[in-house]
Amino acid sequence: MEKADIGHHISQQFNQELEDVRNRVLQMGGIVEQQLSDAIMSLTSMDMSLAEVVVTNDYKINRLEVDIDEECTQILARRQPAASDLRLLMAIIKTITDLERIGDEAERVGRMALKFSEGDSNDSKALAGIEHLGEYVQKNLHAALDAFARMDAEAAVKIAKQDKKVDREYENMLRQLMTYMMEDPRSIPRVINVLWSARALERIGDRARNICEYVIYLVKGKDVRHISSEQVEHDAREYNKEHHQKDKKS
Amino acid sequence: MTAAADEQTRTHAINMDALDRPSGQSDIDSEEIALEVSNLNLHYGSAQALYDVNMVIPKNRVTAFIGPSGCGKSTLLRCFNRMNDLVDGCHINGKIELHGTDIYSKQVNVANLRRRIGMVFQKPNPFPKSVYENVAYGLRIQGVNDKRRLDEAVEKALRGAALWDEMKDRLNDNALGMSGGQQQRLVIARAIAIEPEVMLLDEPASALDPISTLKIEELIYELKQNYTIIIVTHNMQQAARVSDYTAFMYMGKLIEYAGTNKLFTNPAEKQTEDYITGRYG
Repeated sequence: MEKADIGHHISQQFNQELEDVRNRVLQMGGIVEQQLSDAIMSLTSMDMSLAEVVVTNDYKINRLEVDIDEECTQILARRQPAASDLRLLMAIIKTITDLERIGDEAERVGRMALKFSEGDSNDSKALAGIEHLGEYVQKNLHAALDAFARMDAEAAVKIAKQDKKVDREYENMLRQLMTYMMEDPRSIPRVINVLWSARALERIGDRARNICEYVIYLVKGKDVRHISSEQVEHDAREYNKEHHQKDKKS
Repeated sequence: MTAAADEQTRTHAINMDALDRPSGQSDIDSEEIALEVSNLNLHYGSAQALYDVNMVIPKNRVTAFIGPSGCGKSTLLRCFNRMNDLVDGCHINGKIELHGTDIYSKQVNVANLRRRIGMVFQKPNPFPKSVYENVAYGLRIQGVNDKRRLDEAVEKALRGAALWDEMKDRLNDNALGMSGGQQQRLVIARAIAIEPEVMLLDEPASALDPISTLKIEELIYELKQNYTIIIVTHNMQQAARVSDYTAFMYMGKLIEYAGTNKLFTNPAEKQTEDYITGRYG
């Protein structure tokens, strides 16, 4: 079916349970987004108190992951969901794992910011790339969560493709940082910190892509993990064609 | 690993075959076919109960019929061994073929047909006789009276129905003294004693407790090695657990028929989706 609808179960209680757990995921996504933006900000603007906040706030995400997991287990045990309900729960269980890991990466960036501040801070050149990369990653994560909230598979396909841009940006940055290290070997320890942060952001991009893949699975029932984006796109087109024809017939 | 290498591993892991077929779908085209239903319409008097049913039942597989009450699943099941012949005013158009022979043709001997297509009902209905005589009944009717042959057949059938170990010392007890779950397995033993090709099970576990139900389900799994099984059930989880293929029926029509994995994770029809997820359509 095209759009999974959570309501309309004969059991109102079941509607409520699914709605609740979905809202918790969106809430968790909101916190993760905030953490990511704070982490990037703390690193690029050398805001140590903000970095502290990022590091201490990670526990909130971890706790939400555990809670949502528990809720999903209970729904599985009590309701034995099938079809789109089952796919929704599978997608949620996977999504929150990735969200939690994104939270960890954001925390890592926060820690890098704290470390970075220990030395003298005239490496704004090295940090310039972070801002750019961070922007891309934030945009993708936001769009992925948006696609999840609206259960929009077409958007998810598009966003999953965007991850390539993040990867390219990361590689550019890598080359740049290597140049800095060659020019001034004394900067190596500090540049490596920036490099770790960039790596963390790149990984967040991958995880946002994962979330998009779960959305596609949730809506279309097709597992598109480990498949090239061209294939995913082709599949989505075929699927739409099929459904278009079916609609015409009926 | 660089990001480019990451992307490459993803791109290289394309599994084209898996994409062509929706995940979890068994391929009914590659199965050997036991029964084939074509354009089946059934009326009870002026009321139509089945509309244009077309389907194939694969051999040595479990096929489940699910759907709300009155959707025609039991009616369809009863067509397979012509139980509907006994209903006044019931008339049938279309064809059902068992290994290529039309079971509704005039040459078919109905008693013979029912020997090849056995049936088990919702409520266990053993005869008020001993366990042994219940199982031997079908063979005696066929004229088998050789004690040794009967002994062998009874043991084989009871073993087949996972009842031998429990009942081997109580073969002369009255079957009505057994528990509901045992009675149901005895009825299955009685059905398989005459070695049918197809077994029709109409809600075989709905009157049983959960443990007996699991035993029947386990038995169904064993039985499919030798028999083609068609099961009607109200219990969707049961259909999901025991069957290889599932047919969803609604208002006398076959709405969707697919591999059980596919039907329960990603049904193609909205009506199926609504039914198995407990939504009102």
